Formats: sequence, structure tokens, C-alpha cells
Amino acid sequence: MTTAPAGYGKALDLITRVRGVRGAMLVSAEDGIVVAEQLMEGIKGPAVSALAASLATRLRRAMEAAGVGASLFWHLQAEQGALLVVPTPGGTLVVAVAEPDVNVGLVRLELLRAAEVVG
Amino acid sequence: MPDEIKTLSSQLAQDPASLVFLRLGELLRQKGQLDTAHRVALTGLERHPHLPDAHDLYARILADKHDYERAFDEWDMALRIAPDHVGALKGLAFLYFKVGDVQQAAAHLEAAQRAAPDDPGVAQALAIARGGGTGEMGAAAASRGTEALTEPEPIAPAAQPLEEARVFAGLEGAQEGLLLLDASGRVLGGALKDPSGRDVTEAVAAYLAGVSQEAARTVKLLGLGKWTGLAAEGHLGHVHLAPPTSDALLLVVRDRAVPMGRLAIIAQRAALAARRWLEEGAHT
Repeated sequence: MTTAPAGYGKALDLITRVRGVRGAMLVSAEDGIVVAEQLMEGIKGPAVSALAASLATRLRRAMEAAGVGASLFWHLQAEQGALLVVPTPGGTLVVAVAEPDVNVGLVRLELLRAAEVVG
Repeated sequence: MPDEIKTLSSQLAQDPASLVFLRLGELLRQKGQLDTAHRVALTGLERHPHLPDAHDLYARILADKHDYERAFDEWDMALRIAPDHVGALKGLAFLYFKVGDVQQAAAHLEAAQRAAPDDPGVAQALAIARGGGTGEMGAAAASRGTEALTEPEPIAPAAQPLEEARVFAGLEGAQEGLLLLDASGRVLGGALKDPSGRDVTEAVAAYLAGVSQEAARTVKLLGLGKWTGLAAEGHLGHVHLAPPTSDALLLVVRDRAVPMGRLAIIAQRAALAARRWLEEGAHT
């Protein structure tokens, strides 16, 4: 667990308590560095965070160019799971790694709540 | 039949989670009690949203009610859950035939025949489709349970035939909400305009270059298999990205009024059209 303000742990708790969530991270959107994490063993946090930040940047630029505004939530779907992300106004990405059958709506809500805590 | 309907209704009342709604709904449909059949199917579908037979039943009832667009969606959904679902393949063949796309109708019937080689109805419909018939095909397709066909008529945009010259022709938003890119962000088909009507195709394509590879790397790193889609909510609209092939990327953009689930279905359908188009080599 990365050393981080106590509120961050609480924010991550909101997400990881959802059934089917394998881990959660707070990532600096600018440089892809992990700010805080609660991940199951085997998940390569730093590598995933770097790629998530890069994806977030491309997506934000594309969405702004398309005129739909900055992203509020995004969801990368895969055969055996998903990556769910909420960017905060302060430049942090709240990230969850989840099982394929996770309740996406619930994770989204908790990510948004966590994003409010992180700011 | 009325006795069976009564019996099944009673069984369903005793056990609302039972699958007897499938038989009951079908009997009611066959009897022409479409509103009651509709209620039974919808209630069953709410309890069993992942059951392809439930989507198939609901689609048949919708088709009988001439709600072809939603019928298309339901059969499409059944196929997403069970790609070899014979009922859904026959249903989509019926709809494609109805709009005059005999080629697509035949393709779906061929898939149905592969899944159910002994189904005489499929073989008969396929033989007629290959022969290019219309009225007779209608009679064969009536084994689907919908009304006999006469002349093709225009129906839901999503179910209209694809023109080979335009990858998204006939799909909802084909002119300004769908974009197909290659791995390096070059536009292969479609176009995109921002809310003010400005063409933003090239700019968006440039930003999306490399997204497919990064998405693939991310899910690989996480051991999640292949990536299948990327859905994003924006302040003013939603986007959905999908990989129709490993080296292409499809973008669908809609305003916020379109729910994310609906957007995923639109994207799925567009990805199918794009894959077909890419495989046919129409872009070269």
C-alpha cells in the first residue's frame, strides 16, 4: 500500500467493498503514477496505472474534440473483466479492476463517491 | 390450447420465476393475444434477462406487432448471448428479408442451418432465399411464426441493408456519429460532427490513434483476455469504442439522451457491419 492521506484509504474502501472488485487505485492522470492502491495480489499496479492514465488522456482529448465534453466515467470491457475509471477535477483517476460479472452501475456510483472524497 | 394456456397461467402464478412463461407467451402469440403475450414475455424477460429464449419470444411478439426495430434489437440481443441461437438467426433472416436484403437473410439462414442442420424450415427458407424468391420465402419464413411476407418494406434503420460502398450505410447515425479507423488513426469510414455541426472527423481520429493497442495492452497486463469495448460518459454525450478487428477501431458517438446500454447495442451492430465491410475488402 502506497503511503497516502488517510482519506484516500477510505475512498478506496468504498470501491473495493463492492462484490466483484479485485482492486482499486488512485492514479495521477498527468504522469500515471500510483497515488494510493488496494489491489489483489498479482495485479501490476504501476504498469496498469501508467496505461490507464495514457488511455484517459487520449480519451479525454478525443471526447473534447468530438464535442461531448470531458469524460465523467469510462469502462474498458474485456472478456474476463473490466477496468472502470472516474477522473476527478483535481487530476486524479479513480480506478477499479473488476470481475466480468460485477455490478457496473454500483461500481460507477462508488467511484463517483470516491472521486468526491479525493477531489 | 385454451386449457394449456389456463394450466400454464396457473403454474406461472404459483411460481413466477418458472420458465413456463416461454411456452405460455408463445401459445398466446399463436392465438393472436398479442397484448397478453407481450406482458407475459416482458415479465419473464425482466426475471431472466440473460435467457436468449426470452429475448427470442419477445422479439417474435414484437414482430407480430410490426414493431420491427425492437424485434431486431431483441433478436440481436439473443444472438449476443447465444451466437448460435436458431430462433434469433431465423428472426433476423426474416427481418432482413422483409427489407429486401436477401443476401443478409441467406447469411443468417446459413448460420441457422449450421446450428440446426435438421431443421426443415431453415433448409426450405434457405433454398428459396438462394433462389431469390420473395413470396415463397415469405411462406417459408412464416415458420418463424410471423405473418407471411409479401413485398419488402422499409423498416427500422438499423435493419436496413448495407450498401457495399459505404461501411455504415443504413445504420443509425451513419452520416455523423460513426467512425471507423485503422490502427494508426486513419479514417476508413464514417464521419463525425460536433454539436455545432463542425466536421471533427480527422481531429478525433488523430487522438484515437493507438487507443486500440493501449486498451489491448492494459487488459493483457491485467490478465483479462481480449478487450471488447470501451464506453465513456461525457458531460454532453456518450461514446463507445469497439475493435471490429484487431487492427481497426470503431467509434460511436451519441448525445446523453441515449442510454449507455442502448449505445452498446448500436456499437455492436456497427462493429458487425464494419467487420463485414473490412473482410469484404470494400475499403481497398
